[in-house]
Parts: sequence; structure tokens; C-alpha cells
Amino acid sequence: MRRKSSNVEIWVVLAVALFVIIVLPCLNAFTADTSGLHVSNFTITIYGKYLCYAMLAISVDLLWGYTGLLSLGQALFFALGGYMMGMYLMRMIGDLGQYHQPIPDFLVFLGWSTLPTFWKPFASFPFAMLMAVLLPGTLAGIFGYLAFRSRIRGVYFSILTQALTYAACLLFFRNSLLLGGNNGFTDFKFVLGHDIREPGTQRDLFIASGIALLLVYLFCKWLTTTKLGKVQRAIRDSENRVMFSGYSTANFKLFIFVLASIIASLAGVLYVPQVGIINPSEMSTDKSLEAVVWVAVGGRGTLVGPIIGAFAVNAMKSWATRAYPDLWLIFLGTMFILVTVFMPKGIVGLPAQLRGVYKKFTVKKIKAEPAVADAGDAIEPAKSK
Amino acid sequence: MTTQSKKFVLLLEGVNKSFDGFKAISDLNFYMDEGELRTIIGPNGAGKSTMMDIITGRTRPDTGKVEFGKDTDLTTMNVPEINRLGIGRKFQTPSVYIHHTVFENLLLSLKGPRGVFVTLFARTTSEERDRIEAVLKTVGLTARAEDLAGSLSHGQKQWLEIGMLLAQDPKLLLVDEPAAGMTDEETHKTGELLLSLEGKHSIIVIEHDMTFVRQIARKVTVLHQGHVLCEGTVDEVQNDERVKEVYLGRKKKH
Repeated sequence: MRRKSSNVEIWVVLAVALFVIIVLPCLNAFTADTSGLHVSNFTITIYGKYLCYAMLAISVDLLWGYTGLLSLGQALFFALGGYMMGMYLMRMIGDLGQYHQPIPDFLVFLGWSTLPTFWKPFASFPFAMLMAVLLPGTLAGIFGYLAFRSRIRGVYFSILTQALTYAACLLFFRNSLLLGGNNGFTDFKFVLGHDIREPGTQRDLFIASGIALLLVYLFCKWLTTTKLGKVQRAIRDSENRVMFSGYSTANFKLFIFVLASIIASLAGVLYVPQVGIINPSEMSTDKSLEAVVWVAVGGRGTLVGPIIGAFAVNAMKSWATRAYPDLWLIFLGTMFILVTVFMPKGIVGLPAQLRGVYKKFTVKKIKAEPAVADAGDAIEPAKSK
Repeated sequence: MTTQSKKFVLLLEGVNKSFDGFKAISDLNFYMDEGELRTIIGPNGAGKSTMMDIITGRTRPDTGKVEFGKDTDLTTMNVPEINRLGIGRKFQTPSVYIHHTVFENLLLSLKGPRGVFVTLFARTTSEERDRIEAVLKTVGLTARAEDLAGSLSHGQKQWLEIGMLLAQDPKLLLVDEPAAGMTDEETHKTGELLLSLEGKHSIIVIEHDMTFVRQIARKVTVLHQGHVLCEGTVDEVQNDERVKEVYLGRKKKH
């Protein structure tokens, strides 16, 4: 029965993906502005951003929902990917900057006249992409190796990943790192030879994000069906048992951690050309926490949950930051508390939860005893372990 | 070969372990034959669990020799490595994967390669299915194979965990209080299960429940304050003055 519902899920996702990847861009490109069916450039950019957020959310869930590792460092990997893409985009500006020099403006401002060596290869898109995989992957590999080998778990792991993110944030704020300091990178002009401000380019980036999200979803879906995926969830539920069954759990956690860091980084790569800016505030701790809230709201331990959560919370954010700009963080915090207490399985788990409540009410009237046990099972909160 | 001419499946010699000055294990000597079913009893704090921890690599002894089979030194190995040698451990509280089916619980426990990339591309073979079917039959959970392990009763979870150990085809099984929290009927069934494994595996059972001990015990080892107080049959042990003293707190008469 569980297998069947998972098949239905894939078909629904494919249908939605088809709509997002083909129908929305067509409605944007081929309908008139005045048409009721028209999708505006603004909408395309906003949703393109959400698609990247959804990928980030999946990377959080792969660790938190599936392995029981609450990483507060996913924003760091997201930003690292963004920075790698940003470096490539900065090189593509050429001498069209404010100072009309062949090097990025901020370097001119810092007194440089030639390009620092490590900036040189970033004129190559494949190199930048390679770095977007290698840099976060290596960092996650080293950090994960040290953390998991020392058996750091639970809240200590969360705190350490948060500290790592914060340290990186402070580092990137420094001008001497030659990565733009607190202003980061912006004013991008071209991506792969196309004008980045053109609606057509933005549309292509939107399609690329949609395809990337679909591939990440399908990959993770496959991963959960493998034996490795089973070991992963077994670690979440009873790590001791897994260790006493001969698995070196540290290696499995390391593999997932590196994989999740690369997914987050790819999300950052696609995010930066769509929003047109990357700076150290992207790797602040509250960004990581926001991603955790998306997953909690959508439903952790599922793959559609993070996607739904990323869209729902960010749609609410767009509205709230316009309507009540000062209250957004309070909204977010309240939402997190309410969801954790009353909807432990998030939006995705809501139907089952409501069925449980319904059962409780209807059966209770007839037969008090067994109904409580039944409904209790259905709405048993997922304890974080 | 060890200094003994006899071949032991497990040997602990002169083992000591202290935690913050508290001597949990002191000069412990323990020898076990291949295929033996051994029961260990002892009051709380006698060092039973610490002894299990030392054998399985969860804690390292301060001094002493811990050897498995001919002369595999266990003191330098970690938990998964020791498990892969063929030492399975069942915990006191059932620890099964509650969000996996009973079948999957056993699948994850089956003897086989344990590497990250091997498991990524592993497929369930028909031999593996047969092995799992056989284990399901042994522990009496065939009908529950496709149910989530979380939906099993306490007793069934205990059996599943024993099944998970069997799936690993271990040479040595360490079973910590398997009858805890079971009904009398379940306890009896557990005893029969363990007895049926005698000879095929070497088994150490830690137990408090004396009725259960009577049912399964061949040779009983009594632990007290981190070392072996006495060894023998159930009757010998129960009539031993030192054991009575330890359990009943009786003062020695002059």
C-alpha cells in the first residue's frame, strides 16, 4: 500500500514538473501582457527563486528527515555554490563595470590593477561548476569526517554546523578575502553569452531550475529505495542497532552530508543569476534556520514536503514582508512552533492527521476505549531523535 | 593459539575497567567453549553490561586480554568491526527500526558487505530472501513480514531483534535480558528459541528472571563487583553460600 501511494506521488510530481518546466515558460513567452493567461517576468523570477529554495530544502531534509542530522549549515553550502557562480558572472562583466577595467570593480576599489591568480580560471564556466561541486563537497567531507568520527550527534552537531556557517560568514565579510566583502557580487551582465537581464535568459534559468529540482527529486527518490536509503533511515531510528549490525555509520552519514552539501550548492548556483546578487548575508544562520522551517512546515521525511514547504513559506514571506515588514520573523517563529506542536508531519501529513482526529471524534461517541488507541497512533508526534 | 591448549570461542583474562575511580570490572577471567549456551547472572552493578560493552568494543578495557576465536584481539577494534567478525548483540530494550518493515529489518541485518557504495547498488537476491524467510520462521514472525516493526508488540520486537542477530549468522550471540517485560508465555517461547539455537551458535544470555534461567541454563556464571563469583549449574550456583550472601545480603556467620 505504501509503495502504491509513492507511485502516485511520482506521477503527480511529474505532472506538476511538466507544467512548471513547459507550460509556465510558454505562457510567459507566447501570450500577450494583457491576456488573462499571461505569466509575468516578475512571476517567473520569483518562482525560479523558489525552485532553488526547494532544492535547498530537500538537502536539509535528506539530512534531517531521513538521517536524523539537523544541519544548520546548509545555507553555507548554498552560498558557496552561489559564490562560485558569482565569480564566473563577475568575470563575464569584462570591462563593462563602473571603472571600465578588465577586473571586477571591487578589486579596483581595493587598489588592484591585475586579477588575483585564483580569480583567473573562473572565466571558464565548466571550471566554476567544477568548483561549485568540489569546494562544498570537500568542506563537507572534512567537517563531516571530523564530526562523525568524534561521534558528534544531535544538538551538538546542529550547533557545530551553525558555528561553521557563522565563521564562514565572518570570513566572507572580510575584504582581504578578495570576494567582495560585505557587498559581495552584483551587477552581473552576461551568463553563457546571454544578457542576464533579458526575460528570455531569466526564463531559461527558470526552466533550468525546474529541471534541476526534478532531477534532484528523482535522484533522492531513487536513493530512498536503495539499501543505502534504508540504512540511512535506520540510522535515524536506531543508530546503535546499525552500528551493532556491522555498519560504520560514520561513513554513511559522511556520504549523505557530502551529497546534501552538493545539492545545496547547485541550488545556490542557479539562485544567484536569478536574483542578481550574492553576499555573505546568504550564509547567515537565520537563512539555514529558514530552510529548516520550510522542511518542518512541508513535512520532513518526505520529498514533496520540502518542496511544498519552500513554496508555501516563501509565498507567505513575500506577502508578509510587504504587508507587515517588521513582523515577518515573528510570523516565522510562531509558524515553526505551531507546526512542531500541532502538525509534526507538516502539510504533507495533514490529511492522515485529520483522518486520525476525525476517527477519534466519530468512534469515541460509540466506543470510548479502542478509539483513543487508534487515533493516538495516527497522530503520534514524530519525536526528534 | 593461546596459552590454553583448549580452544575457546571467547576468552577474557585479567580484564579491568574503571569509570572515574569506580571499578566496574576487576580482574575478570571468563572462558567460553564453542557452541556453548552460557547464562550470566548477577546483582545490579555487577558489571554484566560493562562486560558486554568490552566484548563488543563499545568500551575499551584498561588492562587485560579479550580474545575471540583463536587469537583475534578485540581490544583494538571498534563496534562495527567486531560485529563483522561474527559477534552479535541484543540490547535489553528492543532496538529495531520502527519505520522499516519486519522484512527490511532483517534485510539490513543479513550477513554481507557493509560498505557505503556496495549498499547503494545492492539488490536483494533470492538467496537473501530465502535466508530472511528462514529467520522469520525461526522467530515466528512470518505473518508479520510486511508490517512495520513499530507495530509489533514488545515481545515480538524482542524476537525480531533476536532474528536480526541470527540474520547476521554470528558465531557468538550476546543477549541482554531477552525476557524483560515479557508475559510468562512469551518468556517460555523465548527460552525455547534460545535453546533451539544452542550448538549452532555460542550464546551468552544475561538474565534476572530465575524461572527463565532455570529453563535455559546449562552453565551459569555469577558476576559480582566486576569479577566472577562462581560458576556451575543452576542448583550449584543457587546453593553456593557466597551467591546467597550477595543476593540476600546475608552476613557471614563465624
